[in-house]
Amino acid sequence: MAQIFSPRATTIAVIVLVALVSVPVVLIAYIYQVHSSPYATHVGIPVAQPIPFSHAHHVGDVGLDCRYCHTGVETSAFAGLPPTSTCMTCHSQLWTNAAMLAPVRESLAKGKPIRWNRVHDLPDYVYFDHSVHIANGVGCSSCHGDVSKMPLTRKVKPLTMGWCLSCHENPAPHLRPQAEIFNPHWKPGPDHEKEGRMLMAHYGIDKDHLTDCSVCHR
Amino acid sequence: MSRSLHDATRNSFPERAERLTRVESEAAVDVLVTAPLLDRRSWRRWWIGVAVATLLTLVFVGAIAMILGKGIGVLGNNTSIVWGYPIANYVWWIGIGNAGTLISSLLLLTHQRWRAAINRFAEAMTLMAVAIAGLFPILHMGRPEYFYWLAPYPNVMHLWPQWRSALVWDFWAILSYLLFSIVFWYTGLIPDLATLRDRTLGRAGQLFYGALSLGWRNSARHWYAYEKYYKAMAALAVPLVCSVHSIVGLDFAAGMMPGWQEPIFPPYFVVGAMFSGFAMVVVLAALVRWGLKLEALVTMNHFDAMAKLMVMGATIMGLSYAAEWFSGWYSGRHADHSLLAFEFVGHYAPMYWAMLFCNVMACQIFWFRWARRNMAVLIVVAILVNIGMWLERILIVWNTLAHAYLPSMWSLFAPTIWDWAVTLGSLGFFALMYLIFVRVFPAISMHEVKQLVHEEVAA
Repeated sequence: MAQIFSPRATTIAVIVLVALVSVPVVLIAYIYQVHSSPYATHVGIPVAQPIPFSHAHHVGDVGLDCRYCHTGVETSAFAGLPPTSTCMTCHSQLWTNAAMLAPVRESLAKGKPIRWNRVHDLPDYVYFDHSVHIANGVGCSSCHGDVSKMPLTRKVKPLTMGWCLSCHENPAPHLRPQAEIFNPHWKPGPDHEKEGRMLMAHYGIDKDHLTDCSVCHR
Repeated sequence: MSRSLHDATRNSFPERAERLTRVESEAAVDVLVTAPLLDRRSWRRWWIGVAVATLLTLVFVGAIAMILGKGIGVLGNNTSIVWGYPIANYVWWIGIGNAGTLISSLLLLTHQRWRAAINRFAEAMTLMAVAIAGLFPILHMGRPEYFYWLAPYPNVMHLWPQWRSALVWDFWAILSYLLFSIVFWYTGLIPDLATLRDRTLGRAGQLFYGALSLGWRNSARHWYAYEKYYKAMAALAVPLVCSVHSIVGLDFAAGMMPGWQEPIFPPYFVVGAMFSGFAMVVVLAALVRWGLKLEALVTMNHFDAMAKLMVMGATIMGLSYAAEWFSGWYSGRHADHSLLAFEFVGHYAPMYWAMLFCNVMACQIFWFRWARRNMAVLIVVAILVNIGMWLERILIVWNTLAHAYLPSMWSLFAPTIWDWAVTLGSLGFFALMYLIFVRVFPAISMHEVKQLVHEEVAA
């Protein structure tokens, strides 16, 4: 009787058997990589805005405090976006004819707020609160990066649940003294491990319940 | 080939109690089992079966689409009876799926040689029943699209399964059992697939069976490895058979409800599962031997042995029910006494009495030899047992949830058309998969029966 298979069939059989195990593993690893890549998280990709607002200029060059525009950050869940009148505290005098600022003047004239596009947008089932983070030693730049070096605003952190939890599980390395909260250039010092422990005690942070579901979800 | 088939089956061979088969040579076994697959004989009965099964499968698919599309609100579940048909069906199908591996493993390890003729199609039954059972917990979820969250996989949420959830236990119990059953069933098939490869004449058949038989050459080395491997797998199977249905029992026992909170549940569920599984094997064995004309291999001696196991199962079930009543009464708790009264005289009492009849009383007829050897009696009782076991599962859910601690929570369950569609449809889906199995694979383990025939003829 003639052979059913050629000698090549053995190779094919081995490849199929190996693929049965390796393909699902590789596939899962690939999907995980895609989900944590900037393709899915948009980290480092500037968002188009109606006016090319530069944090690098306003924070880095001019030296404005974060709270000058984001007034609600210490007291409410939402940090707040400035009304057009805040822009006009300077721009009613400076660059009054600049073409770039035409939408600002139009907004003031018509009484319609500028429609900025969100850079940091969490899902609706996440009840993030800015004030509690500010009050407990998490500075702006810990999540938003050093905006004083951003001509156009972009995300620097993935904002995935895993990223949130990485700090909620071990907050100490990310805490800073109260005076440094709004410092965009702050970096942890060489003996931050000790300082972090002291700050945990200072802010009275209880790590045990920071990862409960209801801390962020309701 | 049909001529040699005629020679092989000695229809006039008198049935002798000491012999399990009515076949005189090993070659005849090959002819008998492979003939339905390789001969161009009439498959009219099979096509009728496939037509009916396909119709029911469409009902099943439609019901699943409805449940997934519209949500579990289309089912009869309400705020008190939060578990309904999907959970009862899940437990029932897992139970059916228990017997196949039990027959393959426990009976192999205890040298019950009669298992050889029935283990293959019983294992196939296990595989399909467990696969269907695995669908039901997903159908019962509020957000079934996230069912894969039950698996620990790398994800950007840093989420890990909640090990305190019974759903996660189910996931592991079903998955490990299903994977094991597939491997056990397939590797048991390999020598027979090689036989089919060597007997089939068409090129497509040779390629198909040749690829699946993984280069089996019937060498002594192959057999040496195979026997060792198969025994080891059988030894692994026994704890799995017990664990899978124990976990299902724990789903209930871990719930702090009257009637569920009983430590006897895991073993009692395992016995119930084997009981219903054996009943299903009896029905399938009758159908397979009729449909494939295998009366010479699956003889009344096999049914006799299975009927004996069923009467044992029924008796243990009766004792389990009695233990349940006793512990309910002995607990002295008002909720348990109230539930017991509800079971016997409440709204679902007719179903409860029917269940007791089907599960405990019906099988007692098998104390008589004539009943164990009468096909009509066997089939009727086996179907009664399967109905009874389904009633048991739905009543475990209904009675306790309908009559829990708070009287203000007491309510009844009104099944909807989708409850019935998904339940009956799953039977059709099972039938369809089973019909495809008997058309493509040898329904009887040829190499094991050949060994049996060899021993019997030599003796």
